[in-house]
Amino acid sequence: MQDFIQHLINGVSLGSIYALIALGYTMVYGILKMINFAHSDVYMVGAFAAYYFARWIGIENDPGLSTLLTLIVVSMICCSLLGLVIERLAYRPLRNSPKLNVLITAIGVSLFLEYSGQVVFGADPKVFPEVMKDFVIFNIGNVEVRSFDITVLAVGIVAMLALQFLLFKTKIGRAMRAVSANPMVASLMGVNPDRIIAFTFVVGSSLAGVGSVLVGMKYPKIDPLMGMMIGLKAFVAAVLGGIGNVGGAVIGAMIMGLSEEMVVAYLSSTYRDALAFGILIVILIFKPAGLLGKYSVEKV
Amino acid sequence: MKNLFLALLLTLPLLSGCTKKENEIVIGEYDSLTGSDATFGLSTNKGVRLALDEVNAAGGVKGKKISLITLDDQGKNEEAASATTRLITQNNVVAILGGVASGRSKAAAPIAHSHGVPFVSPASTNPDVTKVGDYVFRVCFIDPFQGLVMAKFASENLKVKKAAILRDVKNDYSVGLADVFSAEFKKRGGEIVTDLSYQAGDIDFKAQLTQIRSKNPDAIYVPGYYTEVGLIAQQARQLGLKVPLMGGDGWDSDKLYEIGKEAINGNYYSNHYTTESTDPAVTEFIKKFKAKYNETPDALAALGYDAAKILVAAIERAPDLSGKAIRDELAKTKDFPGVTGKISLNENRDAVKSAVVIQVDGNNRKFITTINP
Repeated sequence: MQDFIQHLINGVSLGSIYALIALGYTMVYGILKMINFAHSDVYMVGAFAAYYFARWIGIENDPGLSTLLTLIVVSMICCSLLGLVIERLAYRPLRNSPKLNVLITAIGVSLFLEYSGQVVFGADPKVFPEVMKDFVIFNIGNVEVRSFDITVLAVGIVAMLALQFLLFKTKIGRAMRAVSANPMVASLMGVNPDRIIAFTFVVGSSLAGVGSVLVGMKYPKIDPLMGMMIGLKAFVAAVLGGIGNVGGAVIGAMIMGLSEEMVVAYLSSTYRDALAFGILIVILIFKPAGLLGKYSVEKV
Repeated sequence: MKNLFLALLLTLPLLSGCTKKENEIVIGEYDSLTGSDATFGLSTNKGVRLALDEVNAAGGVKGKKISLITLDDQGKNEEAASATTRLITQNNVVAILGGVASGRSKAAAPIAHSHGVPFVSPASTNPDVTKVGDYVFRVCFIDPFQGLVMAKFASENLKVKKAAILRDVKNDYSVGLADVFSAEFKKRGGEIVTDLSYQAGDIDFKAQLTQIRSKNPDAIYVPGYYTEVGLIAQQARQLGLKVPLMGGDGWDSDKLYEIGKEAINGNYYSNHYTTESTDPAVTEFIKKFKAKYNETPDALAALGYDAAKILVAAIERAPDLSGKAIRDELAKTKDFPGVTGKISLNENRDAVKSAVVIQVDGNNRKFITTINP
């Protein structure tokens, strides 16, 4: 029983990491109907931005809330700028091209960032500064619940709620949904689709920035290819929950985290990823649009 | 006139290619200069360059300078294979120094063998690497030996009765060490309580570690690379697992302590050499390495250095520069006084030498004991 609770906590904590990244995928997809494969690499750049900034102003050995917040803000700013530049240079010129072209471009941007990262930052792993002290918050039996796990989970949920609010309760959110539904008609109604799309990228990329600092804090090893696997899993989580749906991304991420954990615990550690991705296939057979996704039939 | 000029232009590289060959011997090297285990490749490369610079400073071999062409395999098997092909077919190298990872050597060595070009791996410890053919050598000991050393160390020195294994399934090296450790440890009367796996690139190991914790082992064998081992140690301590972790030479990097911090201290791994050695060959090597690169050489740098020196010695002894002549001399290497111990190559073209057990103590590598073959 004690082990089961420990696995449960591990799974949720892993899931909340995926959730932070998955929200960014789902956000851009929801508005643009395009999968931004470069998202996980924007996340990587965010981690390095925080790493170099902390060293530059000398707070890498000064753990505390102020350090954490400073690094999150720095990382968010860097990621937003990078997101804007990518959108402006790589995606906007292809706005009216077939979807496939944009998808391939996104893969290109992703590879470009990964391998430029190896040249610029160096290929060897860097050690992320200690931004917060990890401590035990409370115990369930013999199982310790740690501050990092709670922080990541809380930030994930707050980010989800904030996105929901942004999309459904604000003017710009309405504009975003309008662009999502039909950019042409939206522009006739006085919405500037280019600006809305750029804003979407800023929001999505800053989420990656937040994620990168929290992951760096929890797993203090960063390298230019760190986005690859976590990005893939977060993407799968977003699809699982119904891509384009903010709540779905979080639910999908939790399912991914928990299933990976339980596969190791009760089946086989070798097939961890295979079985976790297998779950995706099974769910998509029964719910092709993901758990919370809406499957719309195109009317002719 | 124009045609003549063109013809001249075209022959120019050919001519220079010829003259280049006259007064230098070209050795090829591929290594992971980028990619996730780039520190391995960079270290090896530094060791190789130090050795060859020394040889050239002392007048070269057979009156010729040695030039080194290094290609990057990006940490990928297929890149290692294509780099080897390029070195042989385009650069006409006389011999190849391979990279660190066993998986990559397995992809590259058959190509060198089929072209009749001697291949010396500095640090690929998987047993199958030299089995591809008699042009393939290595200057390090093989996995069975490292697994054997740790099994012996665990049961004799640490008095471990129950051990758990956590291996990197994507990595031939890790799987090889784990298999041999498991067999030898059982032979010595120990019990393997659980044998779990992860994949290189993973950052969360708590699922496996929680499983291991429930089995109450006395020690955990984690024969992976430092990139993951640092995180594994941290997460193990967070879960309250206080038993020692043990590993192989894949742990050997200054980054291990930076990533693992306090959690990695006190754990043990087997290695090729120790900087604490008082052997003059070792102290001399460390001095020269520090002077050139301003850092302490790790085991891979030492192995790269030894591999290059053994290859050069064989080239020097060989009657000509043909692949066969160099191969035959390499095979005769006996009691070569290397930095990583006295190296003899046996009939399987593997090195026979001793191993050391190191305890992590901050950035120091505390020498615990030497274990002989």
